[in-house]
Amino acid sequence: MLDQGSDDFVVFDKVQKSYDGQTLVVKDLNLSIGKGEFLTMLGPSGSGKTTCLMMLAGFETATHGDILLDGQGINNIPPHKRGIGMVFQNYALFPHMTVAENLAFPLEVRKLGKSDREAKVKRALDMVQMGDFANRRPAQLSGGQQQRIALARALVFEPELVLMDEPLGALDKQLREHMQFEITRLAHELGITTVYVTHDQTEALTMSDRVAVFNDGRIQQLDPPDTLYEEPKNSFVAQFIGENNSLEGTVKELNNDTAVVQLDDGSLIDCRPVNVKQVGDRTKVSIRPERVEYRSERFQEGAHLLKAEVLEFIYMGDVFRTRLRVAGRDDFIMKCRNAPDQIRLKPGETVNIGWMPEDCRALDA
Amino acid sequence: MSDTTTDDSPQNGPVLAADGTPLRRSLARALRRQKLRALMLIAPLLIFIMVTFILPVADMLYRSVENGIVSETLPRTVVALADWDAGGDTPPDEAVFAALAADIQIAAEEKTHTKLGSRLNYENPGMSSLFRKSGRQVQRWDLNTDGPFKEKFLDIDDDWGDIDVWRTIQTYSPAMTSGYYLAAVDMQLGADGPEMRPENERIYLKLFGRTLMMSLAITLSCIALGYPVAWLLANLPMRTSNLLMILVLLPFWTSLLVRTSAWKILLQQQGVINDILVWIGLVSDDARLVMINNQLGTIIAMTHILLPFMILPMYSVMQSINPSYLRAAKSLGATDWTAFWRVYFPQTVPGIGAGSILVFILAIGYYITPALVGGTTGTFISNRIAFHISTSLNWGLAAALGGILLAVVLVFYWAYDKFVGIDNVKLG
Repeated sequence: MLDQGSDDFVVFDKVQKSYDGQTLVVKDLNLSIGKGEFLTMLGPSGSGKTTCLMMLAGFETATHGDILLDGQGINNIPPHKRGIGMVFQNYALFPHMTVAENLAFPLEVRKLGKSDREAKVKRALDMVQMGDFANRRPAQLSGGQQQRIALARALVFEPELVLMDEPLGALDKQLREHMQFEITRLAHELGITTVYVTHDQTEALTMSDRVAVFNDGRIQQLDPPDTLYEEPKNSFVAQFIGENNSLEGTVKELNNDTAVVQLDDGSLIDCRPVNVKQVGDRTKVSIRPERVEYRSERFQEGAHLLKAEVLEFIYMGDVFRTRLRVAGRDDFIMKCRNAPDQIRLKPGETVNIGWMPEDCRALDA
Repeated sequence: MSDTTTDDSPQNGPVLAADGTPLRRSLARALRRQKLRALMLIAPLLIFIMVTFILPVADMLYRSVENGIVSETLPRTVVALADWDAGGDTPPDEAVFAALAADIQIAAEEKTHTKLGSRLNYENPGMSSLFRKSGRQVQRWDLNTDGPFKEKFLDIDDDWGDIDVWRTIQTYSPAMTSGYYLAAVDMQLGADGPEMRPENERIYLKLFGRTLMMSLAITLSCIALGYPVAWLLANLPMRTSNLLMILVLLPFWTSLLVRTSAWKILLQQQGVINDILVWIGLVSDDARLVMINNQLGTIIAMTHILLPFMILPMYSVMQSINPSYLRAAKSLGATDWTAFWRVYFPQTVPGIGAGSILVFILAIGYYITPALVGGTTGTFISNRIAFHISTSLNWGLAAALGGILLAVVLVFYWAYDKFVGIDNVKLG
């Protein structure tokens, strides 16, 4: 989170939303977004993230609860008076207007003078390095260029809050990575508050100050990217963010910050209790593939080890990805950095694997 | 292409296929079967359209200028009359009358003189009876002994001494004539070339003008009524919009005559609408509104009949407009009205254009409805064409009127293409 401004520029207060009067799409949402913050709503489709964005923009009304913008309730303010910039998934550039006319549109409806308008349009186009394209039609632009124009149009009237609804979904990988960088750079340079919706976790991790992981109409976890990745609070987050190995078992011993879990095949492992309450609880333990170790000299004294059979070795360039059979499951992944001293395991080999107890988190079953 | 082919082919000259024949010819041969099969598939339609549409249209267009009947029926007279000075005030001399006698005798035998009479009667009323009367008598003459014929013709009818009669014959002796087209725009061929007809004989220009104005009025009212309906169709939930679609299509499937007659019942002076207006006291019983057998009746009934042709193209265009455009406009600060007018409406123009072209072109040639509810002031040019086809049997004039109508439609089409662009038209 950035330091400037208050912590609750945008506030969702006990917001609920239902479309059909029977099921809640958004269940009791509480969320504060600080001024200048880049917050990403991440979640699978149908998790309620886009609905939240639409309620904030004013295109959907909250069934219950209040949404506050800069301390003011906006539930009854129509979208065009909210002054929120928005970038749409399909860009929604007006096809019958040129790029410059598209950008001038929000200024025209705000009744700005012609010279003012032209200056702002030019500044906005230069900001996204599209100064030469003012007289083109959207259809004459590539996807990436349209994306820049859509961004410029959402920023040209200098809103304090910008919403983005999966804006990079239609771009190819390379362009998407470039635009991720562009968008975060602009957002930070201009100091605008950004709410960004995506289902792409890489995008969420690389761009955001904080990420709200949505599932089933609730925020599962709201944290900065590194915390989210390294310290997932429940199985859904662990599974959804990044690659994850998940093993099921029962809690055997429980201390303050260590626990021993007996896996379903009987073997024991060390881990950190996060979401388990007492001995005998069912749990899913989560371990990131890059934290799995197979070289014995790296293990601590007395650490519990697991027997693993190598099923597949995949060379990926920067990393080696090894698929193992562990505790009866054959989808256990281990990632090792491609370094000169790294051994390339062969299918059929048997190794002992282990990890630091703090890297292995016992979560809800 | 493989490397070998590229290397084998000479740098200049045609590219050769593997067996040495030019690639172009080899390709054409490979595609010939395909093309032939495609042609066979469309052949029934092609033949059908040729026989029932293109050939009749071409034939009618030819009829509007064709005028062989005078020189075929009176070949000698036409030749003899070539030297006669139509600008003078004396009738032709004996040589012409002798030729006429010979021509009419043959024509009367073949019974073609009455046809010629009715043809010339279009240009100069009275000539039909002149030819019929003369035909009967000339048949009894002996061409070698009975001369001079000038006197004898004048005995049959004084009109043979009328310079106008001879002028008409001379003017219409060429095998092609612009006479029908001139008549269709209220002009005639005078002694000094084309001139306007007398004031009281002009009807067609007025009719063309009225047809255009009323078609325009019908198109505009179709836009005004169809736009909201198309918008509803495109934006309501599926179930409701399907029901609405059926309501739009139901009249479309109902017989044209039924719909027109229904309007007669509704609009006539003792009809439903007048009765209701009188009953609620808006209109007094002795001042019932005249809404039928005039232009208003035609516009109302035809707007109703042509409305689906406006709604369907508009609907298909509106359906393809992503709702996020409106949302984007509102998020940028536009009110509902501005968002509609600046963002939504311009994108529906292709649909309006397509609907307007359809409705306007259909309206301009409409025939049944104006005939039934148009009275005398609400008829279209097409009613006049029908009159000439089936009642006055002046097919040449009917063809000329139709030709002008066709040209007007093509001009409108061209103008639309020039200013809006025909590729902007979306029918679905």
